[in-house]
Amino acid sequence: MLSRVANSLYWMWRYIERAENIARIVDVNLQLLLDFRNLNEERLALYWLPIVQATGDEQQFFQLHKKATGNAVTEFLVFQTENPNSIVSSICQARENARMVRDQITIEFWEELNRAYWFVRTPQARKVWNESPSEFFQQIKNSSLLLNGLNNATLIHNEGWWFSKVGEFLERADKTSRILDVGYQPAPEGSPARNGGNTGEIDALEWSAILRSCSAWDAYKSICGAEVNPKFVAEFLLFNVDFPRSVRFCVAELNYALRRISGVAEGRFCNSAEKLAGRLVAELQFSTVEETFETGLHSYLDQLQTKLNNIGNAMFDAYIFQKFNNLEDEIMVQQEEQQQQYRTETSY
Amino acid sequence: MSTKSKSQPAKRLLEHYGAGAFFDEMVNARGEVRPHYQQFRELFQTLTKKEFENKRQSVDLAFLRQGVTFNVYGDSAGAEKIFPFDLLPRIIPASEWETLERGLVQRITALNLFLHDIYHEQKILKDGIIPPFYVLSGKHFRREFVNFNVPKNIYIHICGTDLIRDDTGNYMVLEDNGRCPSGVSYVLENRRSMKRTFPVMFERAGVRPVEHYPQELLKMLQHIAPSGVAAPTVVLLTPGCYNSAYFEHTYLARQMGIEIVEGRDLLVRDARVFMRTTKGLQPVHVIYRRIDDDFLDPTVFRRDSMLGVPGIVQAYRAGNVCLANSIGTGIADDKVMYYFVPRMIKYYLDQDPIIPNVPTYLASEEADKKYILENLGKLVVKAANESGGYGMLMGPKATKPQIQDFRKKIESDPRNFIAQPMISLSRHPTRVDGESYFEGRHVDLRPYIIYGEKIVVAPGGLTRVALRRDSLVVNSSQGGGSKDTWVLYGDR
Repeated sequence: MLSRVANSLYWMWRYIERAENIARIVDVNLQLLLDFRNLNEERLALYWLPIVQATGDEQQFFQLHKKATGNAVTEFLVFQTENPNSIVSSICQARENARMVRDQITIEFWEELNRAYWFVRTPQARKVWNESPSEFFQQIKNSSLLLNGLNNATLIHNEGWWFSKVGEFLERADKTSRILDVGYQPAPEGSPARNGGNTGEIDALEWSAILRSCSAWDAYKSICGAEVNPKFVAEFLLFNVDFPRSVRFCVAELNYALRRISGVAEGRFCNSAEKLAGRLVAELQFSTVEETFETGLHSYLDQLQTKLNNIGNAMFDAYIFQKFNNLEDEIMVQQEEQQQQYRTETSY
Repeated sequence: MSTKSKSQPAKRLLEHYGAGAFFDEMVNARGEVRPHYQQFRELFQTLTKKEFENKRQSVDLAFLRQGVTFNVYGDSAGAEKIFPFDLLPRIIPASEWETLERGLVQRITALNLFLHDIYHEQKILKDGIIPPFYVLSGKHFRREFVNFNVPKNIYIHICGTDLIRDDTGNYMVLEDNGRCPSGVSYVLENRRSMKRTFPVMFERAGVRPVEHYPQELLKMLQHIAPSGVAAPTVVLLTPGCYNSAYFEHTYLARQMGIEIVEGRDLLVRDARVFMRTTKGLQPVHVIYRRIDDDFLDPTVFRRDSMLGVPGIVQAYRAGNVCLANSIGTGIADDKVMYYFVPRMIKYYLDQDPIIPNVPTYLASEEADKKYILENLGKLVVKAANESGGYGMLMGPKATKPQIQDFRKKIESDPRNFIAQPMISLSRHPTRVDGESYFEGRHVDLRPYIIYGEKIVVAPGGLTRVALRRDSLVVNSSQGGGSKDTWVLYGDR
């Protein structure tokens, strides 16, 4: 399959997954704040700023806004097209990529993605948002989940499909780690949360919110019981083997998808993307949450995100744009070739 | 057939529709419905306005959802629009179509012989049929390809000839689009939605299918593959997703089951073309290119082209890859060459043109130029190498400064202008906003011709309609819409 097409499928899915996860993060934070009373603006900023930080766009944010108020952050993450990672931007990008590979996806899939696009591009989106942000996020999540279902149920599971899976799971692993980071960050120095101990009421609410934003609330309860403990939450979201949004699960799927593309068995590798993915799977399999807290969750997550990025870059090097010269060099190559042919022709 | 109660007071659709002072496709000057529209009209009349309106809206929504859109140049915000689709089909009876088909085949045959001639012996120039000056000064004449043999001697593989009818209903050729004519995807999509919207009507009317177009196209592309390649790889080369016809490119590629590639996906090594895939480089044998000659190869044509593939012309010359359409066909699109097509038909085929040209004046002939400059207010002036309704002066509708502007342009560069009398295009009932609901709007017709092992004309083609009242410009970029075109099996 064309490298460019593989690249587009990969990015299309990263952006769809990104839109969904940002919807999850913002939605949960909005709901969480409903539980708190008497928050002044500064305290509020404490809750909104980490969200911007978690998406990694802090610099961009402060170019556009002075303060991390609720309105500014939601506007930035949901509607602002100046933010390349806002929900609206992500959906536009996903569709742009889908347009480039329109011949690779089914009509059902395309129509749904296109519907989501026209939804966020028309005033209808603002209307729904003003009436109920929650309803708005629900629509975004539904679209993404519907697309996921369509992807699994209507598309042929060929090479391109596995590229889309790599994009999907890489993005989800990254976003789960960032959501976890959100919950961790606002806890002030020396608070129980930082040491992984029991938490007070507010922290419990916060950690429940984290779980809900990953649709992990019920799964967590059934495995870890009613007590919401940051250590358990981190363990669940990082290392759970069966939960489809945990980092370990996503990386394992991503590793599997990479091997379906190349045909190389697990335990071996033929390019550095496979090497890095395999290594990260092993690391996640043989890590404990205690070790993680020893290094500090935040720096652990930071490293994790770097590793995920490296896998993405390595995959790009392995499959996409092999030996892509720039135009000037390519013109030179052609002229050299033509010179040589000219010489052989005239030597007769 | 319908069980709708006759007690409904609602006015029947199309009841008060009249031809007006024009040639109308559906009714004659006395207001009687032409035979080939009778069956359609009977069935159509059973619809209420509300039912029709519902159907219309659901079709529009479906087009938007499916992304059946075109991009508008120079419009970054709402860069995508649906091509407005009018639900009333244009109907052509079998005998009329048979004549058109013969005329189109005749024309593409002559054009192809002409291209072969001017890129080889240039007999038509030497025999004085066409003054050499006009060919050799053509913007799209590629002297680099003189004496180059194109595969199977076919130059124009796909042609979209624009036909119009004058105020007495005579068909005439308005222009030949011998480079990369677009619009055929709308023919296919329009048909699909008509079938869904009016299944019964469709079945009863007896309409010739158009769905085999992609197969015919693929067959032709495989036919021109370099000899010795058992299973040729065919690709469609697009300028990318910001091109106005991008939807069509993906649509056709999908229908043919071939890869759609951009310039950056291709690479030339040892005068062979390869595409970059996830499994390395793979050879390409035939390219259905939807980009102009100028942008094809920065080492040969425009050096600043980012869309093309360095070295592709070298591969083409070496016979390792085939292009459709061939390089150099643009000269046949030159509006000055258009003037000479009837002569080509006479010269190469010894026949009279079955479909005539619109009377045309060449600004570089002294007598013609004088006439043009004296009658600018009555004529339509066209630049020789523009398309899409750009570079055109509609004399009767132009302002004084516009006319002055064209006067200067014509005087300074007569080679690049032609003029034609204003043709009052035929009209077709079309749904409009407002009280009357259906009014006559001007239409043209673009049939698609494929030149492969044999010449195939897709039945019908794209009927474009000028949706603005009294407008004669049907281009999608200038407020035009489209209609499904029905070629009947019979004459009624």
